Amino acid sequence: MRLAITGGLVVDPSQKLSGSYTVLIEDGQIAGLVKDHKFPKGKGLTDYEIMDVKGATLCPGFIDLHTHLREPGFEYREDIASGTRAAAAGGFTTICCMANTNPVNDNGQVTEFILKQAKAKGLVHVLPVGAVSQGLKGKGLAAIGEMVSAGVVAVSDDGEPVMNGALMRHAMEYTKGFGIPVISHAEDKDLSQGGLMHEGEVSVRLGLKGIPAAAEETMIHRDILLARLTGCHLHVAHLSSRGGVDLVRQAKKMGIPVTCEVTPHHLLLTDEACAGFNPHAKVKPPLRSEVDRNSLLQGLCDGTIDAIATDHAPHSLDEKMTAFDEANFGMVGLETALPLLLKLVESRKLKLGEMVRLLTSGPATVLNLKKGSLKKGWPADLCIFDPKSPVTIDSSKFHSKGRNTPFEGFRLNGKILYTIVEGRKIFPFSTLNR
Amino acid sequence: MSLSIQNLLSIRDLKKSDIELILKTARNLKEISWRPIKKVPALRGKTILLCFFEPSTRTRTSFEIAAKRLSADTINISTGGSSMEKGESLMDTVRNLEAMQPDLVVVRHASSGVPQMIANWICCPVINAGDGSHEHPTQALLDLMTIEDAMDRGPRGRGPLGHRPSGHRPKRSVAGLSVVIVGDILHSRVARSNIWLLKMMGAKVAVAGPATMIPTEIRAWGVPIYNDLKEVIPMADVLMMLRIQRERGDESLFPSLREYARYFGLNCETFSGAKPSVVIMHPGPVNRGVEIAPEIADGAHSVILDQVTNGVAIRMALLYLMCGGKEKNQKLF
Repeated sequence: MRLAITGGLVVDPSQKLSGSYTVLIEDGQIAGLVKDHKFPKGKGLTDYEIMDVKGATLCPGFIDLHTHLREPGFEYREDIASGTRAAAAGGFTTICCMANTNPVNDNGQVTEFILKQAKAKGLVHVLPVGAVSQGLKGKGLAAIGEMVSAGVVAVSDDGEPVMNGALMRHAMEYTKGFGIPVISHAEDKDLSQGGLMHEGEVSVRLGLKGIPAAAEETMIHRDILLARLTGCHLHVAHLSSRGGVDLVRQAKKMGIPVTCEVTPHHLLLTDEACAGFNPHAKVKPPLRSEVDRNSLLQGLCDGTIDAIATDHAPHSLDEKMTAFDEANFGMVGLETALPLLLKLVESRKLKLGEMVRLLTSGPATVLNLKKGSLKKGWPADLCIFDPKSPVTIDSSKFHSKGRNTPFEGFRLNGKILYTIVEGRKIFPFSTLNR
Repeated sequence: MSLSIQNLLSIRDLKKSDIELILKTARNLKEISWRPIKKVPALRGKTILLCFFEPSTRTRTSFEIAAKRLSADTINISTGGSSMEKGESLMDTVRNLEAMQPDLVVVRHASSGVPQMIANWICCPVINAGDGSHEHPTQALLDLMTIEDAMDRGPRGRGPLGHRPSGHRPKRSVAGLSVVIVGDILHSRVARSNIWLLKMMGAKVAVAGPATMIPTEIRAWGVPIYNDLKEVIPMADVLMMLRIQRERGDESLFPSLREYARYFGLNCETFSGAKPSVVIMHPGPVNRGVEIAPEIADGAHSVILDQVTNGVAIRMALLYLMCGGKEKNQKLF
């Protein structure tokens, strides 16, 4: 199978490339890039299937470090088939799924089950993240070695912060030996107890209990100190606060092995999105103030933040359309990430190349994956999009089972044209994989 | 004249002209409660649902009496004894109730924002009768009416039969008055609604209490914060004492009721610095001896029971104005 994708603008931050190239693909791998689509004499494209994508932007397929696929256990919210379809529709070719399933992914059998389902029904690469503690209960360590052997790429008790500092220390010491990072969902559960949104003027106005930024900052600080103590690679999930960005920046300067991610929704929205008691804006960590949002954007530009991750968290509408304090936390993100981030590019908050880096080589580096680049011999995972094409966010058209988005009706630009995994066009969906 | 709103969810939705219309109507309707036959046919044939998903005596009875004095049919719904006990969702319960064609729905709920959500789900008008820590707009309106009345006649307290209403408009407004709200501002829907309403009507509003119960963000609304009751009491024309909400179960907000009463309750010592003309209010239910000493709650400065009386009048006015009341029907009462 040989494929030549021609006519597009290639953006590959891993090679500092941005320009007109034809991408050659053979046997699911990148066979080379040809500048300005000019081929040496006698070496035409006769042997290739040609895909003309004139005017489109080509880049490595997006990698999401933070997705909830809900299978096993919560298939009414999402399953591996629907979640990977949503990923493909959003330009993602690799997604990391969190462990808060039922049963929890805290042992090798569950990891194997997820990978088996992904192989049978998934459209994109699925890399499971295992639990830190048994059953996410924050007591004994999960079967970390067994899960690494089965294929987990990191461990995290995401959704359930590890409150016990000693357990977190031991998790980091133990995990370090297996060469994968510990991902921290940084939240002090005592400080966030009962909290529903960011603590600030809006929460006071709405009479909704707030979650202070300090709930995140104290835990980030603790985990950075433990990373220094243990030498384990700490990855901070979904950074939301100014203090959090400052702590990570400072830790990196000190040479502590820490990386971090931020979500599109924390980059686009503030706590004002909760006004009117919109349960779709209820998420953890909460949408914070404009000051926090600007600090996150600053962190993207100065290299403090390593990756953009969606924290795609599908819920059924029944779990959302209820009293604000009873509604579940979380929002879907795979199918809205690109147009939302392009809005930041349009408003000059973020450069296109930086955006692509934070979705490709950035997250690949966090997990040390041979992905996220169009270097010769690397997997031919690609995303091809039109950054100018107008889109209106319409949750009824989502491929995810989740409809819970605060961006309903947003008019944005940026449409995924093709998603390619190992040289195969998986999006737009053919009738075969529909 | 009619109201500019379809639902009463927050004081912030009201215009000044709405407030004036509500108070004028309430003063006209108040007199009905002193008639031998306390009923007019203004809302005959109208159905009003009283959905009290949180315990309430005062507000619920007040709404029910208000509706009945206007001849509306009232139905009481509460969580206990309703299909919500069987696990029916709030949205399903409300949509099923609406399918029976009520003319107006009154909602009380322990969660902030529920009346707003219900108003999004259904077509008929919704009145917020208190939602979580968010707002209690009808309480603020009855408080405003009570303050205006008290300023007009002086704070003499009420006689055994209450003040027979005259229907006239008080000469004094709340503009320029200093109103101090004392206590658990953090959890108080009454405080929020009163802050918005009284500030809109030109009063100076300050809050006082322990710092654990006062979110500093309210300074952004132009409301100064005092942590020392003795400092603020002498400047108050109106002292609004809030109930300590022991049911919230947040135990680290103050050390003990005894300590709270000593430093933040209105007792003979803290009260000694107050203006002679000061008016004392409390939205009820009162924790006697905690936020207010019994002799002050029952004393000459207290208008606590006038608040309750005015509550019926304010709710009659709102039901009338929001449930199809038109100027041309004025003769019905």
